[in-house]
Amino acid sequence: MESSKLIKKFEADFTQEVIDFGSKFFPEVENFRACIQCGTCTGSCPSGRETAWRVRKLIRQVQLGLKEDAIRNDALWNCTTCYTCQERCPRLIPITDIVRSVRNIAVYNGIMLPRHVQVAGLLIKYGHAVPINDETREVRKELGLDETPPTVHAFPDALGEVKKLLEDTGFIRLIEEAGREGSK
Amino acid sequence: MSRYAYFLGCLTPNRYPGIETATIDLLRLFDIEVDYMKGTSCCPAPGVFGSFDLNTWIVIAARNITIAEDMGADITLTCNGCYATLQEADHMLKHNRELVADVNRRLAKVGREYKGTVNVIHIMEILYKEIGPEKIRDMVVQPLEGVKVACHYGCHFLKPSDIRQQGNPENPTMMEELIEAIGAEPVEYRDKNMCCGAGGGVRAGKIDLALDMTRRKIDAMMEAGADCVVTPCVFCHFQFDVGQAEINNRLGAEKYKLPVVFITQLIGLALGMSPRRMGLHRNRTQVKTLLDKVFA
Repeated sequence: MESSKLIKKFEADFTQEVIDFGSKFFPEVENFRACIQCGTCTGSCPSGRETAWRVRKLIRQVQLGLKEDAIRNDALWNCTTCYTCQERCPRLIPITDIVRSVRNIAVYNGIMLPRHVQVAGLLIKYGHAVPINDETREVRKELGLDETPPTVHAFPDALGEVKKLLEDTGFIRLIEEAGREGSK
Repeated sequence: MSRYAYFLGCLTPNRYPGIETATIDLLRLFDIEVDYMKGTSCCPAPGVFGSFDLNTWIVIAARNITIAEDMGADITLTCNGCYATLQEADHMLKHNRELVADVNRRLAKVGREYKGTVNVIHIMEILYKEIGPEKIRDMVVQPLEGVKVACHYGCHFLKPSDIRQQGNPENPTMMEELIEAIGAEPVEYRDKNMCCGAGGGVRAGKIDLALDMTRRKIDAMMEAGADCVVTPCVFCHFQFDVGQAEINNRLGAEKYKLPVVFITQLIGLALGMSPRRMGLHRNRTQVKTLLDKVFA
């Protein structure tokens, strides 16, 4: 019974999806096929120390094509991308890069933390994930700096470029959709 | 004299402008000029936007790099997140023609082109490799004798090590050597190479988990008798500085008050730069105990 239930969840496409998507940025992504589940990654993981996040399990899910288990696991977002697992992997698997790739696939499926939708909204609106505030404007003045830093904050045309690119890549629509999905 | 294009990012100009002044002033003491990269945006953050959509992440990163290319200067920065994004995106683009074509197709729509003509150099590399501990030692006017320093490198300065090329990430020594050069004493502490807790979108998405990790680190630093923690990353800096106040709020007690100082600020102190000009009085966690010890 148990094994047949598991077999029903297999989606071989997911394994290929991670390879196809991930290798555009990370050439060695397919190394995950060589994972022997030794657990060096999980044993090195600072988030795993505090929570139930088990990065070894994610690699197994990718190998087996357990897409829903991988992308709907809230703990997927516990990884701080510290790269300790990736550094120590005896099979040279770019584990942290795989975490980021699977997170991308989750977002393309409308799965995103509400707080992350908000932060993405800040980038879209201001071009900064952490925009300036009145308190810091005051500190800047006190230190003899321009009150508004010479970033997109001071150059509306530059902000326009960023917004145009975010529109062009589909990021704005992606976040709107994930935001709608999350509020369901 | 060398010249760099200073990529500000978000947190340095928008929360810790004292790191901006300290860095510019310190480099000037060594005849290194930095010019602002005008009109830059968020890098964008590697573990946040890199976790949402790598296709967007690399396009915005490439746009930022083109601004330095126009200036004809290598980039420097004061944030490991910005370093992770710009250094890694630059590395990917320099090694992948298909990716460059894809990115440039989009950049063309705003009249830009990534050419791959500059490098991304962390402020730590300028301090350690270009200036070096010896030259810094020669300039010390206020040795930080008796000051115990907990060094926190931050993950993305060192890792992934095959791309960063900053040596062994399990046993880095650059910061310790710089700290010794200004007369202070680096202390060993448990979990020294562990993450501050903020990266990967964890601070934004799951603040309590981020603070659990921060608390573990600060506990270890305090147990080792540190007078301050020093970082080369404004994001780790922010997480330790504001994070301690957030932990105290949750505890309902003022247990955590370890001063947090950026590497250019600490070296600046030893070289006679003014704490006020470096904005140290505007940290959330007060640095008075450290300053009292330095100027005792």
